[in-house]
Amino acid sequence: MNDSSTDIEKAVLKEYEYGFVTNIEADEAPKGLSEDIIRFISAKKNEPEWMLEWRLKAYNHWLKMEEPNWANVKYPKVNYQDVIYYSAPKQKKKVGSLDEIDPELRDTFEKLGISLDEQKRLSGVAVDAVIDSVSIGTTFKAQLAEQGIIFCSMSEAIQEHPDLVRKYLSSVVPVTDNFFSALNSAVFTDGSFCYIPEGVHCPMELSTYFRINAENTGQFERTLIVAEAGSYVSYLEGCTAPMRDENQLHAAVVEIVAMERAEVKYSTVQNWYPGDKNGNGGIYNFVTKRGICKGDNSKISWTQVETGSAVTWKYPSVILKGDNSVGEFYSVAVTNNYQQADTGTKMMHIGKNTKSRIVSKGISAGHSNNSYRGLVQVSKNAANARNFSQCDSLLLGDKCGAHTFPYIEVKNNTAVVEHEATTSKIGEDQLFYCNQRGIDTETAVALIINGFAKEVMNQLPMEFAVEAQKLLAISLEGSVG
Amino acid sequence: MLTISNLHAGIEDKKILKGLNLEIKAGEVHAIMGPNGAGKSTLASVLAGRQDYEVTEGSVEFLGKELLDLAPEERAGEGLFLGFQYPVEIPGLSTTNFIKTAVNEIRKYRGQDTLDAVAFLKLMKEKMALMNIDQTLLSRSLNEGFSGGEKKRNEIFQMAMIDPKLAILDETDSGLDIDAIRIVSNGVNKLRSKDNAVLLITHYQRLLDYIVPDFVHVLYNGRIVKSGTKELALELEEKGYDFIKNEINEDEEVSIAEKH
Ligand SMILES: Nc1ncnc2c1ncn2[C@@H]1O[C@H](COP(=O)(O)OP(=O)(O)OP(=O)(O)O)[C@@H](O)[C@H]1O
Ligand SMILES: [Mg+2]
Repeated sequence: MNDSSTDIEKAVLKEYEYGFVTNIEADEAPKGLSEDIIRFISAKKNEPEWMLEWRLKAYNHWLKMEEPNWANVKYPKVNYQDVIYYSAPKQKKKVGSLDEIDPELRDTFEKLGISLDEQKRLSGVAVDAVIDSVSIGTTFKAQLAEQGIIFCSMSEAIQEHPDLVRKYLSSVVPVTDNFFSALNSAVFTDGSFCYIPEGVHCPMELSTYFRINAENTGQFERTLIVAEAGSYVSYLEGCTAPMRDENQLHAAVVEIVAMERAEVKYSTVQNWYPGDKNGNGGIYNFVTKRGICKGDNSKISWTQVETGSAVTWKYPSVILKGDNSVGEFYSVAVTNNYQQADTGTKMMHIGKNTKSRIVSKGISAGHSNNSYRGLVQVSKNAANARNFSQCDSLLLGDKCGAHTFPYIEVKNNTAVVEHEATTSKIGEDQLFYCNQRGIDTETAVALIINGFAKEVMNQLPMEFAVEAQKLLAISLEGSVG
Repeated sequence: MLTISNLHAGIEDKKILKGLNLEIKAGEVHAIMGPNGAGKSTLASVLAGRQDYEVTEGSVEFLGKELLDLAPEERAGEGLFLGFQYPVEIPGLSTTNFIKTAVNEIRKYRGQDTLDAVAFLKLMKEKMALMNIDQTLLSRSLNEGFSGGEKKRNEIFQMAMIDPKLAILDETDSGLDIDAIRIVSNGVNKLRSKDNAVLLITHYQRLLDYIVPDFVHVLYNGRIVKSGTKELALELEEKGYDFIKNEINEDEEVSIAEKH
């Protein structure tokens, strides 16, 4: 009998589309991590003294911490002394405006489908482009500034808006929160900073595009979004990396602060290099993302489409501090070949009448492992908290794994917490039905998984939904024979 | 159009089709009847190219090509359509989107331009009127939560959209209410032409009042054991399958006696 799993196992990985390397001369720190390296980074960035001290404190704390091992992922121990912590593309001359960016760099982003040319950009999207350790340019800055919106690289924010940065940096993710957040705090090199003033509805999507290019480097970006009372912003990040045999480290921290009635929508399309079909190479993606609904009636919504990385460890969370605040987490995580993902969310209900909604869709193929890990916490004073969680897993073949670890801690008996979970397989019946209608198996799989992930895809900004759909199909191409 | 010669097929070690012969010409409607488990759905699946079934002997010629050499989606491209006895559900995939993909993939196979949204909607409106099918059904996930009858209607609607050369309808009448049978039959009749053919698999002679077949065959134990016209269906309805079984047994006794 020729059943679906044997069919499905004939895995031939389609080449990773973004695996090219750009030959850009880089300005790099020597390998390894020490106080000197941190001083080097801080000096390179011409940082104020307080920033350096903050970093050193983080570093000294990190030295005392242990790498977490509770996630359902296995990987060889990372040698933190074998990583380059600072690498910046050498620009031929100092950049005064976006038009003066090194053509090589510009081409790199064009090749990735990201135009830094404001005229050519999709209208309605402002982009900050970060390559290795530094931001190389932000589009539409002037236009945004007219409304008082600050959208710039983190390095620039430290120079230009130190008060805001000092006030909010590590206010949501404390430096000592976890091993990777401490490491990030010590060595982060760039990232994006957004500030939306009171009552302003940000007129365009803000997006940051991260690219790892240089060899042996880690990328440690830091993003901070502050939405003042009654403001709204939708933010999107995308990421890719070249194909390399060694594993590269990516440890980011993202913090969001939403004041009363503010709404922040944060979407991620994560497509770091996943490694080859035998599990060699790929990015270790160890990320801490957290938002706080600080004011009453505020809302933070995370949407993620995770298709890349060899190992993913990531739990975008929301602290629901304000009364009537709302937290959402929508996730599609695809793993193929030997990829491993342990991802989910934490919803911490503190204010009254807070609501959270979790929709997680895991798709596993090949020999991969895909885990959902979630925590819904209702504290003693969080009267009338509501949570609904839906965790669905879809399996392609029978060598892959799907796991669900939902934790619930309720300390207030007015809470209503609901959890639903399903696991299904793409059936031979479904594929044959599609085939009989003239649809080949590859296309059929794409239709089935996009159907499965629809509720999450619908959350993405229009401009990116189509791209994300294609990405899902590409990530699984060849996983069904 | 379709010539099945000495077809043997089974699953794992079980032989299901045991030397089946059948010829269908363009413009004809054939009905296959037969007791449960006789191999009717197996025949439909083998013709559509389901891989679970292994063909051990025989050939099937379809419009000048060896059907058994083609992948299921190629058979669809060549003009073969199967209305499933048990249509599958695909959560989250809108029925409209599914049908649009199907129509366009088949057009691509035939080297035709794909239909854009406007042309597709126009075609859909036309066929919806023909099949009396509701718009809301088509915007829902494919077959998900559809009632038995709605699933069957959706099959016939897809047939109308795809406009196949040969449509094999596996018990499309089962589970339909009286009005729905009339609508579905009307739909099939409107699609009948001198260039295409229909193979109906059914248990009920009632359907054949609406779609009048040119030939009726009885499939029993993996073979076509009796063929006739519409009257055969009436006879079966009256006498049940026992009279066929008796006839076969008598035949076998005769042939055994002759050998001795
Ligand atoms: N996947 C399978 N595995 C094992 N046996 C099978 C399989 N598919 C069909 N069979 C067997 O083959 C025989 C023919 O089945 P088939 O579905 O073709 O019958 P049918 O004539 O369509 O019956 P019905 O009128 O009940 O629809 C039955 O005995 C059935 O149990
Ligand atoms: Mg049957």
